[in-house]
Amino acid sequence: MIRTHLGKDLLYFDGGLGTLLQSRGLSPGELPETWNITHPDEIINIHRRYFEAGCDIVLTNTFGANALKFHDSQYHLKEITEAAIANAKKAALLGVQDARQTYVALDVGPTGKLLKPMGDLGFEEAYAAFREVMRYGEAAGADFIHIETMSDTYEVKAAILAAKENTNLAVTVTMIFDEKGKLLTGGDVPALVAMLEGLRVDALGLNCGLGPEQMLPVLKELMDYTSIPVIVKPNAGLPRQRNGEVYYDVEPEKFAETMEEILKLGVSAIGGCCGTTPDHIRAMIQRAGRRKLIRPAAKGDTIVSSYGQAVVLNRKPVIIGERINPTGKKKFKQALKDHDMDYILREGVTQQDRGAHILDVNVGLPDIDEVSLMQEAVTELQSVTSLPLQIDTVNVSAMECAMRIYNGKPMINSVNGKQESMDAVFPLVKKYGGVVVALTIDEEGIPNTAEGRCRIAGKIIEEAAKYGIPKKDIVVDVLAMTISSEPEGAKITLDALRKVRETYGVCTVLGVSNISFGLPCRPVINASFYTMALHSGLNAGIVNPSSQDMMRSYDSFCALMNYDQNCETYIRKYGAQTVETTQKSDGTQALTLKEAIEKGLKEEAYHGACQLLKSSEPLEIINQYLIPALDEVGKGFEKGTVFLPQLLMSADAAKMAFAVLKDSLSERGEEAQKKHKVILATVKGDIHDIGKNIVKVLLENYGFDVIDLGKDVPPETIVKCAVGKDVKLIGLSALMTTTVVSMEDTIKLLKEQKPDCKVMVGGAVLNQEYADMIKADFYGKDAMQSVYYAQRIFAEE
Amino acid sequence: MDIRTKEAVRYLGYGNHAVDGRTLALIASSFQELEQSAGRRIIYRIFHVSFENTDCLSIGTLKIKSRNLAKNMKGADRAFLLGATLGVGVDALLRRYALTDMARVVILQACAAAMLEEYLDSCQEELRKEQKTEGYYLRPRFSPGYGDFSICHQEQILRMLDASKKIGLSMTDGNMLTPTKSVTAVIGLSKTDISCHVLGCESCEKTDCTYRRI
Repeated sequence: MIRTHLGKDLLYFDGGLGTLLQSRGLSPGELPETWNITHPDEIINIHRRYFEAGCDIVLTNTFGANALKFHDSQYHLKEITEAAIANAKKAALLGVQDARQTYVALDVGPTGKLLKPMGDLGFEEAYAAFREVMRYGEAAGADFIHIETMSDTYEVKAAILAAKENTNLAVTVTMIFDEKGKLLTGGDVPALVAMLEGLRVDALGLNCGLGPEQMLPVLKELMDYTSIPVIVKPNAGLPRQRNGEVYYDVEPEKFAETMEEILKLGVSAIGGCCGTTPDHIRAMIQRAGRRKLIRPAAKGDTIVSSYGQAVVLNRKPVIIGERINPTGKKKFKQALKDHDMDYILREGVTQQDRGAHILDVNVGLPDIDEVSLMQEAVTELQSVTSLPLQIDTVNVSAMECAMRIYNGKPMINSVNGKQESMDAVFPLVKKYGGVVVALTIDEEGIPNTAEGRCRIAGKIIEEAAKYGIPKKDIVVDVLAMTISSEPEGAKITLDALRKVRETYGVCTVLGVSNISFGLPCRPVINASFYTMALHSGLNAGIVNPSSQDMMRSYDSFCALMNYDQNCETYIRKYGAQTVETTQKSDGTQALTLKEAIEKGLKEEAYHGACQLLKSSEPLEIINQYLIPALDEVGKGFEKGTVFLPQLLMSADAAKMAFAVLKDSLSERGEEAQKKHKVILATVKGDIHDIGKNIVKVLLENYGFDVIDLGKDVPPETIVKCAVGKDVKLIGLSALMTTTVVSMEDTIKLLKEQKPDCKVMVGGAVLNQEYADMIKADFYGKDAMQSVYYAQRIFAEE
Repeated sequence: MDIRTKEAVRYLGYGNHAVDGRTLALIASSFQELEQSAGRRIIYRIFHVSFENTDCLSIGTLKIKSRNLAKNMKGADRAFLLGATLGVGVDALLRRYALTDMARVVILQACAAAMLEEYLDSCQEELRKEQKTEGYYLRPRFSPGYGDFSICHQEQILRMLDASKKIGLSMTDGNMLTPTKSVTAVIGLSKTDISCHVLGCESCEKTDCTYRRI
């Protein structure tokens, strides 16, 4: 069993395969996996030489064996996989002359496609592709699954889940990092380690990309974070190019010498990747000449991660942004009901800009499909921010679905001391990984003593351990109760914070602003309490990062406690502030609203609108100032005196002014006007959505209700939406000739199912002739044309 | 104005018109932000070239029917296939700004395109020097999507370069490159120096194009 062997004895992997196949005649672009069937002797021979060199583990020739790469191959994946494993096993029979235990690992490389939102491959599609080859591999007798050369955390998560849910095999994972210690998709070492350990892989490590020398610093960082066995398989140096060919130039002896250095860092298995040969591996094994190893010590950091970054909770206090939550927020509730995803995303990026480190995500409302909305919110948020997310829900299905599709190691809010809660949540944390918030409440309620809350924390930590969840993955919330009804509430909470930290050494989290519920001028109390809580050992405050009072508490605390070295952040943020605030509050505006919009100045447009509201009605302002300004800019654009960037600056400025006026209208319970609905979509197969987004901003400015279906949208989705919401106008965009076909399909389907709906089209490749050919109703050569067309269509009504 | 700023302005559709100060400032700050987010990676290999007739040629195992490419490659017996990308960071930036600042999105997009071309030009210059010592001269680079050179060839080009593994460059089902700020191209190599005063943009037949280099 590899599971019992790995991490006990030093194990040796094989070396490069692709480079050797090329020297035997594999041509560039040919699928190497077909050689399992067409050239079995060559494959067996290479594997055999690795076994003869002393390898314990040989990887099958299945790196690219997945349906996404083999869509046009004459061989079926099952045949390829079976042949690959048979070849490796045969090589073991021929090449292993002693009694050592050897393994044939099913090699699984990346799909070769980028996952959404970077590319067009769905998470579950990637999962299905991996599942297929893994099932074949297990059935054909692979000893374990080795997932390698991965550069995207999301893709590797799909692969790991596919392995764990469909086979009983052990799973090891190695990734490609660059010299800066980053994955191609931007992830760093702690983020990766947190996610992989959370997913309970059997070993993790590095391969490809770098030579042994360049891997050393990345490996050192990796060893600082991981507690499980580590695998290292470098290339024979950095790839070099000469006369149009790639080659590697680290010789076997030199390779072996650096691998010796690598072993000293505490690695459990070594091998080689591109450019390494049986000679490299033989030299490496001879030089190492041992089975003894040093295992990495268990690490205690509490880490949550996203695809792009890790947040360590136990070093410096962190801020969890609380704004993505409908509780007590009328506008947010409305946005959820309207499925206004942009509103939620803007709340996310605003909090990031204001200094949040983690974003809480709560989309629970009665009568809402929380499971699908939570998944959508998590996916969409991860496409615009790299902050880790805290999945906040009482709905266990929503929690599981979100944890599954989350890219990274999430924070989970929450579990509590009730047996029922722990029985539901801990299996999820065990399976997907995560740092879970533990509320100190149980069947008896919330204890009104610090000792009582501390005791529940202990109970939760103990129960988690039964699932193999370490206490570093538990963050205790000792709960803040409002002092307006609980006079001793703050004291108990602060006391409990200290006690939990002292007793269990775990991290703590707190919804800080609960403390002032029912009191006037809440920010004053909140900010003071926040400082006190931080001083009592609070690691993560769930606060509103847009609240100046809270941020001042946080920034001062960090400066005072030397978390902010040389007060750098403090000075940068507050050094010039007094000047700025006085400038804005005196209210003198040099520019009128019309001028501000024409010049495309957002701040000024905002202030201009506020100013005008003092003396005019919102609708009057829209009709007399806003629309004329937009018309002026639009005309300039048509004449060629205003250009696209300026048109959009004006549009963004108008958007700011509109927001002010809309708020004022809704405060009085009025609507701006009955809005006409327009669907926008970038058609299936197309991922270039800038054109569509430009049209969207302009249409919204002119008062249309834009339903944005996004990019790569299938015809059925578009037509279903048009029928379901009775929409009269659709705008479609496509960039390339290859995707105009999808446009045509969409129009055809629409004319069948909703003949009264008009279609306008646009995009780089289109012209009037093309538009006529695919039977579009209108071709917009630029964004303004689509606005004019929309106005004409609805004026006829 | 440096070349890449000029190119960005051209991509923004200004043509011959003077560009305003605010746009220029945004272009400068966009380039700055891109320097933080953009990676630059390239992979290339040389393949043998053979012609079947005036429209059809083979570059290694890649068979292409394209009159425009065949014309560009006339007389070449070898060719570089190359792939280059600015990476996923640029796309992430564009997605984030699409929420709040479309003006910045179009400017970032133009700057990224200019940056990618600039990078390719500098790589090509290195290749030109390297090949000169071998007695070869470079043709202007030609990409799938130019003229009648179909983007359907992307998949095979990416495979021949092992581009996904080597530089993280892949494509969608619709043959569009991902990350979006990426390029694949062919550069012909011949033993004779045909002075090519016509570069990529100017060689295009669409003479009324807003973005044409003038």
